[in-house]
Amino acid sequence: MVSVEIDRFLEWLQSTPLALAIAENDILFPWIESVHVLAIVLVVGTISIVDLRLLGVASLDISAKRLMRDIIPYTWGAFAVAAITGSLMFSSDATHYGHNRLFQIKLVMLVLAGINMAAFHLFGERDIERWDAPGATTPVAAKAAATISLLAWIAIVSLGRGTGFTMH
Amino acid sequence: MTLNDICQWIDQTAMSQWIKEAAWVVPTVQTVHILAIAVVASSALMLDLRLIGVFWANRPMEAVKARFLPLIWWPLLLLLATGIIMITAEPARSLKNPAFQLKMLLLIGALIVTGLFQLLHRRDASLGDGPRAAAVTLAIVSIALWSSIIFAGRWIAYFA
Repeated sequence: MVSVEIDRFLEWLQSTPLALAIAENDILFPWIESVHVLAIVLVVGTISIVDLRLLGVASLDISAKRLMRDIIPYTWGAFAVAAITGSLMFSSDATHYGHNRLFQIKLVMLVLAGINMAAFHLFGERDIERWDAPGATTPVAAKAAATISLLAWIAIVSLGRGTGFTMH
Repeated sequence: MTLNDICQWIDQTAMSQWIKEAAWVVPTVQTVHILAIAVVASSALMLDLRLIGVFWANRPMEAVKARFLPLIWWPLLLLLATGIIMITAEPARSLKNPAFQLKMLLLIGALIVTGLFQLLHRRDASLGDGPRAAAVTLAIVSIALWSSIIFAGRWIAYFA
């Protein structure tokens, strides 16, 4: 049974020394959580700058390609920090997080945001030279990717905050 | 009127009672608060990185300022509104909380630094383009303050 295997993994995870240290220490969790919030704030803020450019709302005086090249490294850096701190918090109470419905939906939304981004880089960005000239409008596919991205990240923040309220 | 009296008075208002009973209000308001902070903190970071010279260095400061400065000031209204709702729900948990009080001090600092940037840039449009010391100092203080505000905000829950 897959779910038995997952439960066994979650139990093992929360019994690892690092997970126990986070669970038992009073200030470790709040510190990790604060870094997580700071990181997610920067992920959402920087990705929105790109999304709003693709939607034709802002930063129109700069090429989308150039904007993405400048900003997305910061987004990835912040995302890496959010993923590491998120994993640490998850490990400290893995069985509860793993069975929390809002947390499960959050993971699905993260995968969705990832697929959306990969699809944009693979297909939507291919003819970027054609629509990236000043005054040109972005094609519907790129606008759709930007909209999905914005909505997915808003949902991820909501579900993350919701997880905190439904854990105990 | 002491802080305790104020907290007690807020606690028994109809608004406070209603928020306490509707379990969805506080998580929803907190989510909006975090999203607004995302706009403010990221916009401040973009301006600060431009000031340091690591980001958009060949774009005019005027353009970067026009793009991001309003996104530091305007979302503060939304942060104020959502913040007031959270205080109304649980006044003592926030107003008497050392993490909250520190957060407000840090916020005043961040607003002063942002205002100072505007003032200095108005007086000298080459700020961030010429000698870097003043611009870099301003940017680093700004990054430190906004990050600390986010940390202090999260710590309110642990001092309650």
